[in-house]
Amino acid sequence: MLKRLLVALALCASPALAVDEEVVLGLSQDRVAITANFDGSEILVFGAVKREAPIPSGPPLEVIVAVSGPSSPVTVRRKERKLGIWVNTDSVLVDEAPSFYAVATSAPLNEILSDTEDLRYSVSIERAIRSVGAAMNIRGAQEFADAVIRIREHESLYSIREDTVAVDEQTLFRTSIEMPADLTEGDYVARIFLTRGGQVVSQFETTIDVRKVGLERFLYNMSRQQPVWYGLMSLVIAIAAGWGASTAFRLLRE
Amino acid sequence: MQIYLPIAEVSVNAFLLLGLGGMVGILSGMFGVGGGFLMTPLLFFIGIPPAVAVATEANQIVASSFSGVLAHFRRKTVDLRMGTVLLMGGLTGAALGVVIFNYLKSLGQVDLLVTLCYVVFLGVVGGLMFIESLNALRKSKKGVSAPPKRRQRGWVHAMPFKMRFRTSGLYISVIPPALVGLFVGVLSAIMGVGGGFIMVPAMIYLLGMPTKVVVGTSLFQIIFVTAFTTMLHATTNFTVDVVLAVLLLVGGVIGAQIGTVIGARMPAEQLRVLLAALVLVVCGKLALDLLLEPSELYSLGTGGGH
Repeated sequence: MLKRLLVALALCASPALAVDEEVVLGLSQDRVAITANFDGSEILVFGAVKREAPIPSGPPLEVIVAVSGPSSPVTVRRKERKLGIWVNTDSVLVDEAPSFYAVATSAPLNEILSDTEDLRYSVSIERAIRSVGAAMNIRGAQEFADAVIRIREHESLYSIREDTVAVDEQTLFRTSIEMPADLTEGDYVARIFLTRGGQVVSQFETTIDVRKVGLERFLYNMSRQQPVWYGLMSLVIAIAAGWGASTAFRLLRE
Repeated sequence: MQIYLPIAEVSVNAFLLLGLGGMVGILSGMFGVGGGFLMTPLLFFIGIPPAVAVATEANQIVASSFSGVLAHFRRKTVDLRMGTVLLMGGLTGAALGVVIFNYLKSLGQVDLLVTLCYVVFLGVVGGLMFIESLNALRKSKKGVSAPPKRRQRGWVHAMPFKMRFRTSGLYISVIPPALVGLFVGVLSAIMGVGGGFIMVPAMIYLLGMPTKVVVGTSLFQIIFVTAFTTMLHATTNFTVDVVLAVLLLVGGVIGAQIGTVIGARMPAEQLRVLLAALVLVVCGKLALDLLLEPSELYSLGTGGGH
């Protein structure tokens, strides 16, 4: 990534790029704990632009913040009418799709980031999903990738919110990223891009640790690592709870 | 109060779950049925992944049948021998059911299979019950009681491997009860139900068991088969959510106690018409989902390569 950036910097003769502008970043929290009563989280992203020289003239500084969850392959299935009922027929494996993806920008994305830069850094939602191995024999493989975006946008897992990053004096910026309750755990990557005239002039990356904690952590780990004991424990707990509740209720009525 | 379910990985309202458990509990107390066949579709409707709903419901049924079977043991209305034969069939069936379930899951057809099973069985059972209870209601209004039918003694009694079931007062082949058990075991693994709604009529009409031992014996079989199903799902699919099960259970047990009180005060025939109507409504909703064009044609599953 850095090498590409250097090449890009060397190739471009734009005066704006000659100036070093760096991101100094703060997060309201760098870990999200999924507890039993977790119902979503809001992370404040704020920072400043550090530079040795005065603010360059030309197009103004714009900021893009992109937070993405861990990626995994996703099987997308399409329903078709067969014998009068709707059944899954074609399926496409999307190689990589983040479980969560939120983009916040200081202006409409297509105005502050050129297509080539988007391709290079995979910023927009469409670029964040890769479906290289989509079967060629299925017509409209792109529709399957679009479906991933549509369904996850509907579940508030994917979002693009333009004009939500506030930039002051081309130096200070802040925004908030909302994370829904249905999060999967893992390392979430927050990327911040500074752009001028559609070109990325600086990039910064940090991780947000999203983890189940306490009881949630314990139960999840146990169900994967000791499934037999987990199953037996579930049975014992359920029997005890059921028997306890019915005994308690009977005593109450007497 | 939102609660995050560790295995289902969704966040739902805890009071909604307690309420659902309570509502299904009231119905199961009123009608004397397990309620799994209502709870599992309701869990689909509130957004619990079907695989988790089926596995967790099996876990819940074990617990909710437990106090019931204890009561039947105290009254000595469990035919242990018949229960064991049914159980042998049931365990085989459950293993078979989980294999089918996992195979169709890999094909992406498991939702279809579960929904189809529900539509077919709820439709048949609900329809038969509705017609029968309407007839009974009409007859009771006329004041004429139907003459009790003679037990059929047909092909069931012509099979080999006969065994004496003392508690039921039967001397029949072990093949029919084992097959009934097998069939119910398959359904238990695929649909997340105890299967009492299939087994009880089969035991009365097919095997000719006396009504007083039917419920206790079927509960005895259900406990072990659903416990086995729970273990199979927990070890192969990791889809048993104990937090979900406990929440549903607590609501369910309390609801069942209330339901029993209500049920005792209502006339039996009207109660059965109500239950039949309820079963048909759930069946209709599921059938509509299959027949009408869904608003979202695409669905997401976890990527292959396991």
